[in-house]
Amino acid sequence: LAPWIPVVGLEIHAQISSNSKLFSGSQVQFAAPPNSLVSFFDASLPGTLPVLNRRCVEAAVMTGLALNCSINKKSLFDRKHYFYADLPAGYQITQQRVPIAVNGSLSYSLYIDNKMSQMVTKTVRIKQIQLEQDSGKSLHDDTRSQTLVDLNRAGVGLMEVVMEPDMCCGEEAAAAVRELQLILQTLGSSQAVMAEGQLRVDANVSVHHPGEPYGVRTEVKNINSIRFLAKAVDYEIQRQIEELENEGTILNETRAFDSKLGCTVPMRDKEAKQDYRFMPEPNLPPLILYDAKSLPANMNHQQVINIDWIHERLPDLPSVKREKLVEQYGILPEHSFTLLNEDGLAEFFESVVKQTQMKPKKVIGWILKDLLSYLKQHSLTVKESPVSSFLLADLLNLLERNKISSTAAKQGTTDLCCFYCDFQVLVELWKGEGKTPLEIVKEQELELLQDEKELEQICQAVIDGQENEVIIMVLG
Amino acid sequence: LALKDGLHSQVSAALKEGRVAPTELCQRCLALIKSTKFLNAYITVAEETALRQAEESEERYKRGQPLGILDGIPIAVKDNFNTAGIETTCASNMLKGYISPYNATVVQKLLDQGAVLLGKTNLDEFAMGSGSTDGVFGPVRNPWSYSKQYKEKSAPKSHSENKESNWVITGGSSGGSAAAVSSFTCFAALGSDTGGSTRNPAAHCGVVGLKPTYGLISRHGLIPLVNSMDVPGILTRCVDDAAVLLGSLAGHDPKDSTTIQDDFRPFELPNLTDVSKLSIGIPKEYHAPGLSSEILSLWSKAADLFKKAGAKVVEVSLPHTRYSIVCYHVLCTAEVASNMARFDGLEYGHRSDMKESTESMYAATRREGFNDVVRGRILSGNYFLLKQNYEKYFVKAQKVRRLIANDFVKVFSSGIDILLTPTTLSDAAPYTEFIQEDNRTRSAQDDILTQAANMAGLPAINVPTALSERGLPVGLQFIGRSFQEKQLLTVAKWFEKQVKFPMIQLEEVKRHDNGVFQHQKSASFS
Repeated sequence: LAPWIPVVGLEIHAQISSNSKLFSGSQVQFAAPPNSLVSFFDASLPGTLPVLNRRCVEAAVMTGLALNCSINKKSLFDRKHYFYADLPAGYQITQQRVPIAVNGSLSYSLYIDNKMSQMVTKTVRIKQIQLEQDSGKSLHDDTRSQTLVDLNRAGVGLMEVVMEPDMCCGEEAAAAVRELQLILQTLGSSQAVMAEGQLRVDANVSVHHPGEPYGVRTEVKNINSIRFLAKAVDYEIQRQIEELENEGTILNETRAFDSKLGCTVPMRDKEAKQDYRFMPEPNLPPLILYDAKSLPANMNHQQVINIDWIHERLPDLPSVKREKLVEQYGILPEHSFTLLNEDGLAEFFESVVKQTQMKPKKVIGWILKDLLSYLKQHSLTVKESPVSSFLLADLLNLLERNKISSTAAKQGTTDLCCFYCDFQVLVELWKGEGKTPLEIVKEQELELLQDEKELEQICQAVIDGQENEVIIMVLG
Repeated sequence: LALKDGLHSQVSAALKEGRVAPTELCQRCLALIKSTKFLNAYITVAEETALRQAEESEERYKRGQPLGILDGIPIAVKDNFNTAGIETTCASNMLKGYISPYNATVVQKLLDQGAVLLGKTNLDEFAMGSGSTDGVFGPVRNPWSYSKQYKEKSAPKSHSENKESNWVITGGSSGGSAAAVSSFTCFAALGSDTGGSTRNPAAHCGVVGLKPTYGLISRHGLIPLVNSMDVPGILTRCVDDAAVLLGSLAGHDPKDSTTIQDDFRPFELPNLTDVSKLSIGIPKEYHAPGLSSEILSLWSKAADLFKKAGAKVVEVSLPHTRYSIVCYHVLCTAEVASNMARFDGLEYGHRSDMKESTESMYAATRREGFNDVVRGRILSGNYFLLKQNYEKYFVKAQKVRRLIANDFVKVFSSGIDILLTPTTLSDAAPYTEFIQEDNRTRSAQDDILTQAANMAGLPAINVPTALSERGLPVGLQFIGRSFQEKQLLTVAKWFEKQVKFPMIQLEEVKRHDNGVFQHQKSASFS
């Protein structure tokens, strides 16, 4: 059987993090009462005109630079026409002819296998980034035969990031999107939270035999998380392969991902091919951006955007941050990857390192194994951790001072017990009663006993009484 | 003080000196509107708010703190400008009863300077037309239909037949505004101009109609026809008044990204006496097919007038003029299709009772809300914007537009200061004759002399010149360089002074004024 090569491209819409919308002054806010953030322009009242939001342009330039794009010093706005209840003007203002940024790239890493032992770096080309308006939201109430329309989101600024079909599977797509998400959050150009609709991903999937031209592609929409993205892409690849191997054909259609069933289904709304009747947006002059060379001397700096000025002020991107962490603390690339993957974890780690004598290479174990797994178990974010960096550092210092030499005999049991004892301290700490490690150690009589026999007895007693804790601890 | 006095020279001074009170002025205008109701110039008369504004103005004059030359001056606004709290209909079923929550920038500016907003004037539906005959509130009648001058020249008919069936159109689409100014119910009015919609009715109604340079006056709040060509237009009884209005309206508006950033300084028009340094261009292509011999002769006489006064008068060529109608048609309908897409009945305006589905509601709403002129343009425009047609029509038309604009650039850079052309092909047609042809045909015919200026974004003005054989007004047009309104208006004012266009003699106005006409102007041209 001839092998199949899956081809995956992505269209990602990232909501710009700004106070007001792309072309009007109404506020941008999640979950506000319906139709409470709608300006006259957003509601398409006749006679209203778009006025470009500077912050949105800056966000797009930052993002373009972070993705190694060429920033177009002149870009244009267009109208894309279609009728829908959540599109009040009957057209969306977008950048179809000349977008703000083109020809970039994104590097992302993923584990080479399931064991999470080694990482490999891949690159996906960024075709373009364009500025465009978000639509409102419509809810279909079939029982009452009505549609409810909320225009709060109508007109919010979006950056559409188009990734070329350089990916081959769900995992790659997910990793690329995750990296993009981190970049956007680092830049602050988008909060990129998928659950709040700030990051929406559509996948373009096709399969072909090696040496043959690309197959017909389908577009997969309605993907609500990075996990579902991987699932949806992999399902669609499989579906297409099965279809073709059974002598079927692939339709160039739009499909929706059904997260409950874990499959893709054709979308009933999008059957006919739309002609969007693109037309230049006559109310917006071309968007002109400057750099240090082209900036006219007498120009009012409030009125212009200087690409070089923005470039100089870009924060460290995730890839740079990871390198720095590895270099500074001697941790593994895999470690730094996990640190950055969890919101706030890198900062927590660095904070603990600052406050403890324990070597960073040892601290990382506590962070990635104990802390992180506990948080995951209890569905907590780093910010919600009942153990602060101060407390953890305190505990680690305790351990450092009363260190048991690693060459001690009966290493297994002893270490296990001590490890358990430390863990017990942690559990107490995590009950969030604000006690310091030392207080807890004294309270629980957990002070390190130099008498090995006594130690063993205590540990055994505790182990007998608290089997679950032990199992969790053993699994690490 | 008569209603027909120019505000620049007489009325403002009278208000300042207390010879007339703003409330009196307002009441007289309102009364005259009532007695000229048969003209159908107004869709909405905002009596209460106008009187209130007049009272506030009066208070300011009493305190000796008027806001400026426009304080207390009654004005009218074409019904495609948004006016907060006052219905804005665009003469369409789609917006019947629509009360906008905001004022157009130009309306706000007028109100901020103390002007008294009398009401909203009639137009062709959504400004599509050249007769002001295709609005949902019926056609506007040209006040000159009831003038002594016209009646004297008309063939004798029975009295009732005369008044009812022989009336002539105002031209369009700002016919209501032109009629309002012409019949003295206001001192100035706002119109809009996309292909000649201010200058055309100005010519037919014997008033000054100014189309400013694109980008000089804000379009925020003007319900658009063609965003890349629309401008707010100014209609007044004399050129000085147009300059006053321009001064109060022009300037950058942050709400309209197509307005220029440069500072605008209002100007007083100098009294030009020496035109010897002027170079007037006569574009030969404006000798268009269908141009009446009368107007041709007037145009020629005007050129001679300049020559005799020492100006250089040169024949020039704008070779792409003949493509402008077709070019305009493609670009206009394309933008119309786009601009009208928002009228779906969902957020505002007319909504059909059809409830089967969103789409059927949209379709029914738009069929019920728009007249066939609007629907026709939407369909054409969508056709031109289809992917397979876009290059052939829209992009091609854009290129032709560039050629038309370049014609003017070439001429103006060859030493020509101002162009002199006719404004219309003939004087106003009787309504019964006008409606024999459809809107599209009429627009194509009537726009030929005015619409290239919109393509090129240039300022242009109609100056009433003389009465035709039928006793109806004929105007001539001056086209100037971009943003050179001062020069344009200065020349227009000189010309106005030379021709001394006669004042309309209306029975109704006479009754209201019962005084001596202070500015008896006699026709010096016919």
